[in-house]
Amino acid sequence: MNIVNRFSLNFSARSANENFARAAVAAFAAQLDPTLEEINDIKTAVSEAVTNCIVHAYAEKTGKVYITCTINDKNELRVSVRDTGCGIENVDRALEPLFTTVGGERAGLGFAVMQSFMDDLRVRSVSGRGTTVTMVKKIRPRYGIGG
Amino acid sequence: MSVELKMTGEVLTAYLSGELDHHNAREMREAVDEAIELNHPSMLVLDFGQIGFMDSSGIGFIMGRYRNLSRYGATIHISDAPPAILKMMKLAGVEKLATLPKTVKESKK
Repeated sequence: MNIVNRFSLNFSARSANENFARAAVAAFAAQLDPTLEEINDIKTAVSEAVTNCIVHAYAEKTGKVYITCTINDKNELRVSVRDTGCGIENVDRALEPLFTTVGGERAGLGFAVMQSFMDDLRVRSVSGRGTTVTMVKKIRPRYGIGG
Repeated sequence: MSVELKMTGEVLTAYLSGELDHHNAREMREAVDEAIELNHPSMLVLDFGQIGFMDSSGIGFIMGRYRNLSRYGATIHISDAPPAILKMMKLAGVEKLATLPKTVKESKK
């Protein structure tokens, strides 16, 4: 499996950048000729991952969010969203739907959405050091006229 | 991102537009909550016809309004939600909190 394209970006963990982050990944993914539904799945999952960084990882301090995207020759998009924030104490519990530490207006669905909308989700976290969420979306090739 | 509010009889309709994410949810929440407090509707209709994108912040938004309204027995109806938004709502089990449109493009009330 060979990587055929890659981009990375980093930005301040501010909520105003949530829109920018998902739009950037969606624009990069567009070269795989995804359907509208696939693009929306990717945008939604990226939005969840970036929101987690802002709401949870950097709840106590401000920091940066790092996104790296690759495309391989199997038509797969891999998105990694990394922060250097507080980390997750118990990743298994964080992955349970409806589990949330902040309550209020947060539904506790972030990881459930990432799991459901993408084909693979991996979460690596070290308490006090940060979290990396890696997601994979397989884009089905479409063979139409001229395709 | 904007909210247009209309009170018809006892029904408050909120026409939401733009992208409903964590960044925009606060403004929508404040506008809708102010209208709820002022009018005490028996039903809140959330119209998603002009929402181009929604993540799970939209589910948090519905849950929060459900908590406010169910205190005095009022209900929520979801109207005109595009397919991508219905997909998120079904994953989240929103039908336990609100009535969902029977068809994908239910006409506006």
